[in-house]
Amino acid sequence: MPEIFPSSLEEVREAVRTHPRLRPKGGGSKPALSSPQEGETLLNLSGLRGILEYAPEEFVFTAYAGTPLKELEETLRAHGQYLPFHPPLVEQGATLGGTVAAGLSGPMRERFGGLRDFILGVRFVDGEGRVVRGGGKVVKNAAGFPFHRLMVGSLGAFGVMVELSFKVFPYPRATRTLRVGLAHTAEALAVLQDLRTLPLDLLALDLVPPATLEIRLGGFPESLEKRVQRLQSLLQREGEVLREDEAHWEGVRNLAFLEGSPIWVKVPSRLDLIPHLESLPLGPRRYLAGGDLLYAGLEPHGLKALRDGGIPHLVLRGAQEVLFPSPPEAFFAPIKRALDPKGRFPLG
Amino acid sequence: MGFLEELRALFPPGRLLTKEAELAPYESDALTAYRKRPLAVVLPERKEEVVEAVRLCYRHGVPFVARGSGTSLSGGSLPVEGGLVLALNRMNRILRLDPKARIAVVEPGVVNLEVSRRAAPFGLYYAPDPSSQPISTLGGNVAFNSGGAHCLKYGMTANHVLALEVVTPKGEVVHLGGPSLEGVGPDLHGFFVGTEGLLGVALEITLRLLPKPEAYHTLLAAYGSLEAAGNAVSQVIQSGLLPGAMEIMDRLSIEAAEAAVKAGYPQVEALLIVELEGPKEEVEEEAKLLAQVIGESGATEVRIAQSEAERQAIWKGRKAAFSAVGRLSPDYLVQDGVVPRSRLGEALREIGRLSQAYGLRVANVFHAGDGNLHPLVLYDGKKLGELERAEELAGEILKLCVRLGGSLTGEHGIGVEKKGYMPEMFAPEDLLAMERVKEALDPKGLANRGKVLPGYGQSPHQGGLKTDLGELYA
Ligand SMILES: Cc1cc2nc3c(=O)[nH]c(=O)nc-3n(C[C@H](O)[C@H](O)[C@H](O)COP(=O)(O)OP(=O)(O)OC[C@H]3O[C@@H](n4cnc5c(N)ncnc54)[C@H](O)[C@@H]3O)c2cc1C
Repeated sequence: MPEIFPSSLEEVREAVRTHPRLRPKGGGSKPALSSPQEGETLLNLSGLRGILEYAPEEFVFTAYAGTPLKELEETLRAHGQYLPFHPPLVEQGATLGGTVAAGLSGPMRERFGGLRDFILGVRFVDGEGRVVRGGGKVVKNAAGFPFHRLMVGSLGAFGVMVELSFKVFPYPRATRTLRVGLAHTAEALAVLQDLRTLPLDLLALDLVPPATLEIRLGGFPESLEKRVQRLQSLLQREGEVLREDEAHWEGVRNLAFLEGSPIWVKVPSRLDLIPHLESLPLGPRRYLAGGDLLYAGLEPHGLKALRDGGIPHLVLRGAQEVLFPSPPEAFFAPIKRALDPKGRFPLG
Repeated sequence: MGFLEELRALFPPGRLLTKEAELAPYESDALTAYRKRPLAVVLPERKEEVVEAVRLCYRHGVPFVARGSGTSLSGGSLPVEGGLVLALNRMNRILRLDPKARIAVVEPGVVNLEVSRRAAPFGLYYAPDPSSQPISTLGGNVAFNSGGAHCLKYGMTANHVLALEVVTPKGEVVHLGGPSLEGVGPDLHGFFVGTEGLLGVALEITLRLLPKPEAYHTLLAAYGSLEAAGNAVSQVIQSGLLPGAMEIMDRLSIEAAEAAVKAGYPQVEALLIVELEGPKEEVEEEAKLLAQVIGESGATEVRIAQSEAERQAIWKGRKAAFSAVGRLSPDYLVQDGVVPRSRLGEALREIGRLSQAYGLRVANVFHAGDGNLHPLVLYDGKKLGELERAEELAGEILKLCVRLGGSLTGEHGIGVEKKGYMPEMFAPEDLLAMERVKEALDPKGLANRGKVLPGYGQSPHQGGLKTDLGELYA
């Protein structure tokens, strides 16, 4: 299978101009998205790595799309900062560009928002080999068409991302996690619903089916104790408090709970959809962000159940047809045509 | 049938305006230096009427402009000469407010503040808070990706829109996004937000609501210079705090705000407002750190709001600053360029210098936390050549922002006013990509023709706008 390793913007342009169909790959942590299909040339972007600009006092960095998140997060952490959307699969080698293309966020998105809320700018090579920039390198900007937001979840449909700019925030000074077991799913959902509408500024709010809630708090060490106690009295339960919770949440955001499942999916969820989702034959799973985001491990019949039920989802590994449903034709197709007229890239 | 006759068949007489006197109020938006006479204005009450009107425009090749409350400061809702205006104010129903799902589904003519007002009984609110929120509509907010004082922490309109129903310029109705915070596939609703009505008209908007913060800590600090206030902002950021809002006002805007609403501000060179928000235990700790940082920042006076009334008083002057400055001068232009936060001091010094060089007063009141300047250039339109001078000065400020690594606009959009400056910020290939997307979705170039993209239409105003890309689009 043909594979090319560009190591500069110019080489990406060259690759795009010379290959009729391309499949960009970052770290390969989401094989369903990065494995080339019949007739596609693999465009391995792992050579386009490194941070280009980082000004901690501006809360902004720009990096090559092929930069592994692990490398990036280490640099941010050295300045007390982090990616607040908490990208998954970091340990498995996920890159910045692959994470944008897949549109993935992790448990701590609950606090400040998901990937779409932190991306500031992009430089990409479109289907004709042209270099296009969208957005900017400042935390606020409303000039021009926001191509950077178009890249989120695009699966690479509109171009090869080369550089990306993001907003970052200070990492919480300290964290605590409260784990509470409820009697059954319905009760857990009722509690979840209450917590969602309260001004508790939770870092993470996960439902682990059937009936466990994991609640993470971040802030000043002096205030955390009190906030945990307030949560306990609110829930009228002691629960279990994790003081050292970092390793646990690393496991969660790397989707360790899916290990062993043949098919991995992301499902945009909602509180009122959860009872229905829970009635389907899904494997190991966890609802993140107050129930709005489900990562699940499936067997083929579980995937079929999602599709038959008309439930939108994205396959990360284990199946060929990755996106359901297809993007709305009347809006998507013209944009695709404008940026990738020859259909060199995935989707459409 | 002709275009107007077909319109008459769609809209009853009271909701189709064609007479000169009826059209006059729609000839401009808040950027009053620009005026255009549309052919007609329609006042749809249901989304089906908008769709029919857009389809009619497509069939007849008539350009159209959607309009909310007309508070655009960049000429975004300026009509196209001889085109149709879709005035959406009557589509002002909140269709669904679901506190459990933390969402609101609204028609585009709903006024921003109304959403928070309706969500308040459930302890929720809609976060983006442009100063125009008592009048500006969500349709306008979506088109412009409007911001406010709380953007650093909570983002702009794009970050709070979960789904959109849109009629494309060809008259097709599409649903983008969904009711969940997360989606799969390209973020098309995110892309639509901020495209200034060039890619279609938003018919229904699904918004995310947030729990209203439990506690606020609002501080007002006085400084002997703008630069000192700017430095204080950097120190707050360096301390690791993430305030909900940080705003700065200069002497001219302080005086104006004081004269207009008597906020009780100290009369100094610069005022800084910092607001912390969150759970009360957290805000308590953050406030201790903030006190220490501000204490070391050289503030000449510090006030802390002790009650909600005192907090409102602090904000009152800031929120009224625009209209207050308006009283100082017959006319003004507002710019809203962005600079990296660490270049604020430099930017303000340069603006001061430009103000002197052009002999025009510039008032500064801005979102310091995200480097979003709001220089108000005061001028008198009745004095020969003064508008042109003001525009030129405003243009210099825009170029300065781009030169310092920032943006032409943080929230007011490009509209007609700044499109001539797009080539300062974007390369020809970037602009051509935007043009291609526009053309693919709107082959007849009908939706908001003449805005944003320097290649489309002609500058409606004979003032100082320039286009460097002449040959590229020739
Ligand atoms: C005193 C004052 C203070 C302001 N403060 C702020 C501020 O703090 N932050 C900020 O961001 N802005 C601010 N603005 C600017 C302005 O209020 C915003 O841009 C606002 O979003 C415009 O809303 P509107 O309803 O008035 O829209 P309009 O001015 O009527 O229209 C604005 C644009 O939106 C398009 N549009 C309207 N409805 C739709 C629709 N349904 N679908 C597609 N396109 C549509 C129009 O064609 C136009 O291009 C301020 C303006 C004033 C006058």
